[in-house]
Amino acid sequence: MSGAILSTHGLIARYGDFQALYGIDFEIDAGEAVALIGANGAGKSTFLRALMGLLPVAAGMVRMEGTPIGGTATDRMVQMGVAIVPEGRRLFAGMSVEDNLRVAMDQAERLGRKGGWSLQRLHDLFPILKEKARTPVQSLSGGQQQMVSIGRALLCQPKLLLCDEISLGLAPKVIREIYAALPEVRAQGTSIILVEQDVGLAKQASDRLYCLLEGRVTLTGPSAEVTRDAISQAYFGGSHAVV
Amino acid sequence: MQWFDALVQGVLLGGMYAQYALGMALMFGVMKIVNVSHGDLVILLSLVGISLASSFGLGPFTVMVALVPLALALGWILQKAILNKVVGEDPLPSLIATFGLSLALQNLMLQIWSANSRSLPGGGIESRSIEIGGIYIGLLPVIVLVFAIGLTWGLDLMLKRTRFGRALRAAAADVEAAAMTGIDARKVYASATAIAVGILGFAAVFQSLRSTVAPADGGAQLIYAFEAVIIGGMGSIWGAFAGSMVLGITQAIGFRIDPGFGVLAGHLVFLLVLATRPQGLFGKV
Repeated sequence: MSGAILSTHGLIARYGDFQALYGIDFEIDAGEAVALIGANGAGKSTFLRALMGLLPVAAGMVRMEGTPIGGTATDRMVQMGVAIVPEGRRLFAGMSVEDNLRVAMDQAERLGRKGGWSLQRLHDLFPILKEKARTPVQSLSGGQQQMVSIGRALLCQPKLLLCDEISLGLAPKVIREIYAALPEVRAQGTSIILVEQDVGLAKQASDRLYCLLEGRVTLTGPSAEVTRDAISQAYFGGSHAVV
Repeated sequence: MQWFDALVQGVLLGGMYAQYALGMALMFGVMKIVNVSHGDLVILLSLVGISLASSFGLGPFTVMVALVPLALALGWILQKAILNKVVGEDPLPSLIATFGLSLALQNLMLQIWSANSRSLPGGGIESRSIEIGGIYIGLLPVIVLVFAIGLTWGLDLMLKRTRFGRALRAAAADVEAAAMTGIDARKVYASATAIAVGILGFAAVFQSLRSTVAPADGGAQLIYAFEAVIIGGMGSIWGAFAGSMVLGITQAIGFRIDPGFGVLAGHLVFLLVLATRPQGLFGKV
């Protein structure tokens, strides 16, 4: 049995006849932050969707603390301690900031998930969310919406947080603000899988990284050690490299 | 004075329509299901209520106490056994499933109760009225309206203030994102349909008190519920209530113009709203 909090073993995922992932082997330890980088269409978001039960995969292809969980329904994944900040934020339109957050709190309470995240703690992390508590989420800026999306995932009290392109479309100042919150998330003992197109950000925020190209892993290694050239080769094509 | 009387009678009639429309608005708002068997469920519950009253000598409000939990259970089973298997992005499978259910329910009711019309004895409540400023107001329609306001208010409060209500609204907004917070959409849907059909438990008692019911009557109740929901705005609870009022008032005014024009007047307003404001008077684009 692996000591990893979550691992994948030859993970294959398809959209109908189109195969998007070709045998991904991956693992992440407790408290670790792992970045997934790669060009558009490399399979990064598909990988997260497959982990989260949003795509059908075989049970043994995904293991959580050694237990096969591939293909488990998304709500059950949340119950097991996996939460996602999805691409495009996917907030509940028509509901206020507070109600969006309360939905996650309600379910964590119902599912008996305990953890260190509360509304108060979230307001300390992102003070703007307290100020905008009664504002409908569709009236917020992109950065504020991303904060709600991150907050909603954290209030699920996850052991493992999946972040899908959380910097996409945001101003540099807002990106810095959002990334500044990640160390506090890790301080809770939460592991993070970070899908990110900005390689600099990804390296900075992670312990290890995986580079995907056309549904295959082309590079793995400690983020501090992978070189620009190795990433460049893995990003655009070349043989599988392990640093 | 006769137009003011028509307005009052229309509001009271709207109270009855609101009880049909609330459940339909809830099911459409949460699951995008247009339940074609909605009217047949009202009639089924009415006939069950009438049988309960005659078999056990129950009064109308005791029948209601028995019928509402039965209706809640029926809705829950309906969703679990049938609708959860067809609910999804494409509204056609659920439309076909509820159409099939409508036909099956009508035949089942004919088999059990025959085609005869029946009503629920109300002990005189159905014919009692009070006179205010020259206008006669029926006691039963007032009770119906009070219940309609209470149900609408309660449903709205439940949606806004409770854990279950938030889960319902989240699932209605984005079912996949709702699952990402731990919501089991199938369970939420089952509870939503239980509430929608549970409300019909109230409507069934009032419907069978105010007029006779027969197995083939479901179509008319469905049309009124559907028109009220479309006029008010699909998926909006207070919109459904307001749409019911508009429909009731239009019909009452139509009846004053010509006794044969009332129902047609309601249909015309429905078509007018569809043509000019398809999202409904209170719906968002």
